[in-house]
Amino acid sequence: MISSPSVVVLLYLVTIVCFVLALRFLSSPKHARKGNWVGGAGMLVAIGTTLALEGIGNWGLIAGGIAIGSVAGVVGARTVRMTAMPQMVAIFNGVGGGAAALIALSEWHEIVEPAAEETTSIVVSALIGSISFAGSVVAFAKLQELVSGRPIVFPGQNVVNMLVLLAAVALGVAAIAGAHEQWVLWAIVGLALLFGVLFVLPIGGADMPVVISLLNALTGLAASATGFVLDSTVLIVSGMLVGAAGTLLTLLMAKAMNRSVANVLFGAFGQVQAGTGAARGDDGRTVRATSPEDVAVQLTFARKVIVAPGYGMAVAQAQHDVRQLADLLEEKGVDVKYAIHPVAGRMPGHMNVLLAEANVPYTQLAEMDQINPEFPQADVVLVIGANDVTNPAARSDPASPIYGMPILDVDKAASIVVMKRSMNPGFAGIDNELYLDPKTTMLFGDAKDSVLKLIAAVKAV
Amino acid sequence: MDVLLAIELTILVLAAFLGFEVISKVPAMLHTPLMSGANFIHGIVIVGAILVLGKADDTFTRVVGLLALALATANVVGGWFVTDRMLGMFKRRPEPPRKDDA
Repeated sequence: MISSPSVVVLLYLVTIVCFVLALRFLSSPKHARKGNWVGGAGMLVAIGTTLALEGIGNWGLIAGGIAIGSVAGVVGARTVRMTAMPQMVAIFNGVGGGAAALIALSEWHEIVEPAAEETTSIVVSALIGSISFAGSVVAFAKLQELVSGRPIVFPGQNVVNMLVLLAAVALGVAAIAGAHEQWVLWAIVGLALLFGVLFVLPIGGADMPVVISLLNALTGLAASATGFVLDSTVLIVSGMLVGAAGTLLTLLMAKAMNRSVANVLFGAFGQVQAGTGAARGDDGRTVRATSPEDVAVQLTFARKVIVAPGYGMAVAQAQHDVRQLADLLEEKGVDVKYAIHPVAGRMPGHMNVLLAEANVPYTQLAEMDQINPEFPQADVVLVIGANDVTNPAARSDPASPIYGMPILDVDKAASIVVMKRSMNPGFAGIDNELYLDPKTTMLFGDAKDSVLKLIAAVKAV
Repeated sequence: MDVLLAIELTILVLAAFLGFEVISKVPAMLHTPLMSGANFIHGIVIVGAILVLGKADDTFTRVVGLLALALATANVVGGWFVTDRMLGMFKRRPEPPRKDDA
């Protein structure tokens, strides 16, 4: 039993230091895993300290809650496939927000005569926590394809969303001003949940990296607000660290798409656009299909090959086969590199994790700014399931919705092979100029099938 | 506004700056583990959940507290294991096997 309040605060300081170190260790893949252990130790200190506080009881329930949560957490984390990682990150994010909202509800229930300051923390924690919970659940459902990944829109959507949020905030102000009925906070939670659902629904799959980052930031802020409710420094600081991480990632992702965060959130980007693309095929250029055998010859006699992966590789779970193909080429003396666009996939760093899972050494993964000057020297670029991040219209066509977005300059290479399931437009719903480039050939089919055929063909060359 | 709240706000603002400083050094390659590690860290709400449930003295608070603790624990445990699994995959190029091994 720890009875001295200052000892408690100091033990929580140990936790804070561990968390900051864990984040610092993430600056290099060499030490990052060690950092996670440091963070884990910090968390254990915090949990142990809290359990040892005076006046803690209900031990049976505490053990039960921890047991349920641990089983769910371990099973989820261990069994999920690496390709389902974005969903997993979304759902673990959501449960944190949900916990913050529940803590706020129980504090609201307990408090008899709340001061305005206390009510403010409770309202903020309930509001942000609920938005983050509902938003994360919808993001999970979209990524898991339980609901359509395309934007779901209805007329007047932004107005309705704003009204729902305003109503929640208005109730919050009323609560702070003294409306201390139980239903007030429940209504705030209800409206916030509704807003969480409404604000993620219209966001398309390609914009998911921004949304997941934002939800991450929100859960952090909710945890921080909970810290104000409970006067707990460890919650305030840890929550804010996450808030800062999420905010920074949100801004980075939006920048990588050359769009403002507001545009991502309220633009309903990625509805299939009729007209704009269809007209462009009229200038006589056509798409050229190729065969695995032809591509195999191209690859084997190349000096430098760059692989540009995208979400299609994740969907087809082709990362292991891609690595095998690259190994095979390297044995034949071909220089192989991977070009990673910051928003390729469905969450920040998605492609890096997938390729790391396939044992691609991280030294072979190149960021966009690093690899773009190398494309002119590449003999072949293999575009595997990436679309919008390779679309030259982003550089050349001011009318294109993605104009101004930094892209991988794959079209500067000597030749480009695009692996694609069909000629359907990408998630942004726009046609890709690259496919009409005379240097480009298309290898249609499932990415995994195509890569397996390529491996066989390369072996036969 | 009482002094405690003012001090807490001070800490909050400093934590924001610290967070930006530390996180801006994380390379893009590790952005997914960063998200998942940050996920793990906001699992710290488990402290709040234990406080609520540990001091609960009516059925409502017990139910809500139990739910909050289960969610927060899933957040902590799941976040940590996912991060560990991911980071375990990031490897340098393996040393070429020595000839005398064969």
